[in-house]
Amino acid sequence: MEKLLLLGDEAVAQGALDAGLSGAYGYPGTPSTEIVEYIQRNPEAAERDVHRTWSANEKTAMEEALGMSYAGKRTLVTMKHVGLNVAADPYMNSALTGANGGVIVAVADDPSMHSSQNEQDSRFYGKFAMLPILEPANQQEAYDMPRLAYQISERYHIPVMIRLTTRLAHSRAGVKRQKILPENKLHKPEDPNQFMLLPAFARKKYRHHLAIQEDLEQESEKSPFNLYQTGKDKSLGIIACGLAYNYLMENYPDNTCPYPILKIGQYPLPRKMVEKIVNECDEILVLEEGMPLIEELLKGFLAHHLKIKGRLDNTISRDGELTPASVRQALGLAKLASRDIPEVVAGRPPALCVGCPHADTYKALNSAMAKYGSGHVFSDIGCYTLGFLPPHRAINTCVDMGASISMAIGAADAGLFPAIAVIGDSTFGHSGITPLLDAVVKKANIVVTILDNDTTAMTGMQDSQVEGKVEKICIGLGVEPDHIRVITPLSRNHDENSKVFEEEILFQGVSVIVARRPCIHVYSKKTNRS
Amino acid sequence: MKKDIILAGVGGQGILSIAAIIGYAAVETGLHLKQAEVHGMSQRGGDVQSHLRLSDKPIFSDLVPLGAADLILAVEPLEALRYWPYLNSDGWVVVNSTPFKNIPDYPETESILAEIAKLPNHIIIDADKTAKELETPRSMNMVMLGAAIPFLGLDYEKLKAGTAFIFGRKGEKVVEMNLKAIAAGYEFSENER
Ligand SMILES: Cc1ncc(C[n+]2csc(CCOP(=O)(O)OP(=O)(O)O)c2C)c(N)n1
Ligand code: SF4
Repeated sequence: MEKLLLLGDEAVAQGALDAGLSGAYGYPGTPSTEIVEYIQRNPEAAERDVHRTWSANEKTAMEEALGMSYAGKRTLVTMKHVGLNVAADPYMNSALTGANGGVIVAVADDPSMHSSQNEQDSRFYGKFAMLPILEPANQQEAYDMPRLAYQISERYHIPVMIRLTTRLAHSRAGVKRQKILPENKLHKPEDPNQFMLLPAFARKKYRHHLAIQEDLEQESEKSPFNLYQTGKDKSLGIIACGLAYNYLMENYPDNTCPYPILKIGQYPLPRKMVEKIVNECDEILVLEEGMPLIEELLKGFLAHHLKIKGRLDNTISRDGELTPASVRQALGLAKLASRDIPEVVAGRPPALCVGCPHADTYKALNSAMAKYGSGHVFSDIGCYTLGFLPPHRAINTCVDMGASISMAIGAADAGLFPAIAVIGDSTFGHSGITPLLDAVVKKANIVVTILDNDTTAMTGMQDSQVEGKVEKICIGLGVEPDHIRVITPLSRNHDENSKVFEEEILFQGVSVIVARRPCIHVYSKKTNRS
Repeated sequence: MKKDIILAGVGGQGILSIAAIIGYAAVETGLHLKQAEVHGMSQRGGDVQSHLRLSDKPIFSDLVPLGAADLILAVEPLEALRYWPYLNSDGWVVVNSTPFKNIPDYPETESILAEIAKLPNHIIIDADKTAKELETPRSMNMVMLGAAIPFLGLDYEKLKAGTAFIFGRKGEKVVEMNLKAIAAGYEFSENER
């Protein structure tokens, strides 16, 4: 079959499409965004009419995917690692409802936090939910894994996670396609109560879930993605998961690694294979991208007799992504000669684009806030978070999507005045509507600024769910229409806009200021796409 | 054959188009290829890089190891220096001399170029100027691709085909324009080297 040049993300997408996908769901988030975007521009997906529009957030996406699974079809739900926190409720419960049509939860982690607030490792969620995880080492595996994932998902009636990390998600390589599988026909679950988690059912289902764990381990033992590679030198055994395997092999050109290697690409861990390498070798080095999941499992709490090296004993740094150099050092190999960065080099942090509407909004906000001092502005996640940096210095917090409004409420409850929230339009649709409802119900004295730039800019101009609906949503939630103010953030409107902020700060109650001007890149991006 | 390349620049300067064309040519040549790119926050005017690895043997790591790069191709001078630790001892640096100043503490351009000139193997080209002279100011990145051709180990014709493939959607004129920019960069390097 033809060979395609694909990003790791795109390989998952193409793999799912070729394995009978009927619907993809997700909310954008680096480094997972390109999975759904690929399906959105794929002509075969369009011809088959595979579902491929964005959802409001990861939780709704996961639940929509479960609905498609209920109806018997194969589905894929995508998100970044912190998105799984938002989708954690349906994800955890899906372990008990299980799947009817195959369900893949594709989560992309971001170790080293290139574009994220933390570097949590999604494999812990997989383990928590006791659901299988596939972790590709390369683009070909990323393509091949959806096929196996659907088989396991439909055989055991459970969702399967595919876990990617930044470097694979955003790296391109050649991928060989396989035979295209047909989509499932619509069929309801054989057991009409499969998706019913009333306690009496849930208890039974949980026992069943516990009972199949051994079978899932068996699947891992015979998985094509878990490989035992023998080695003559048994002084060390290496367990390498996903991408870590590449950095290991990179340091032993032409397959010259002298030590036994256990390459892990499927979880739960294959117990027999792990036992084999531990029994065979004097020491174990665990190479995993992310947090020390396997290392902690092996070390247990008291297993001092095992010599396990990894992130916990600082053989590898406890935080940050792996690199060929960090793995090289862990293997005790000499560093490759390299130059230092010359002293003249200065950092170049990201910044709001010249002409960005957010910059004008911040200018107006800053001028209205001048008399109150700093420390009053709760913000959120998006391009506008860059308003923290000079020259804007306009905001004080960034925690998780939607937290701007909720935190402003809490601070106002405590007596902070003024309490200002700043939230982007897509973030508002994701998680801002429910806290605004709280604010209205408790008559919180806050000013909510919705930065409506007509798009989800930070992640690459995806459509925003609330496009054309912001004021209506606010009115529907009960915000007083007189205190929903729309401004156009342009420097020529600066005085007028500052005055709107000043007035609404003084209003005792919930005010919403909608700062509306499209992101300067939105038109070119949207025309490019169509 | 093995070429490890770091492409460096600032978000929005078009290094991903360079990577795509080289990638196309490498695949057409039958080489293995891995190309890691930066998406996300840094694309908002921050430093961005792409790791491009070509080889006739299978490639494992998506990242170029420190000390292994055969070429740093930088569309901005400060960004070239940022990746110094990646360069191997006889690697080449091909760099655009026009700075992109979007930070308050941008160093003296002279001191940056002096650092680059310390390397035995370097090409410094004012690609912004070349592109302007060709009346295609937005094809600076293609001038830089052209300037790197002597160090890529790839067939010029295949790179031309790659350019036609990547820009074909935008029409023949755009392809022509980019090919002209590539030719100008190529000629400069051939004369300098
Ligand atoms: C739970 C969660 N999902 C997704 C993301 C990724 N993410 C960060 S910012 C952003 C988009 C913000 O869009 P918007 O609020 O419209 O602001 P803009 O970037 O357009 O200014 C997304 C999707 C995240 N950080 N957390
Ligand atoms: S991409 Fe758009 S919203 Fe983001 S900083 Fe640039 S102009 Fe502003």
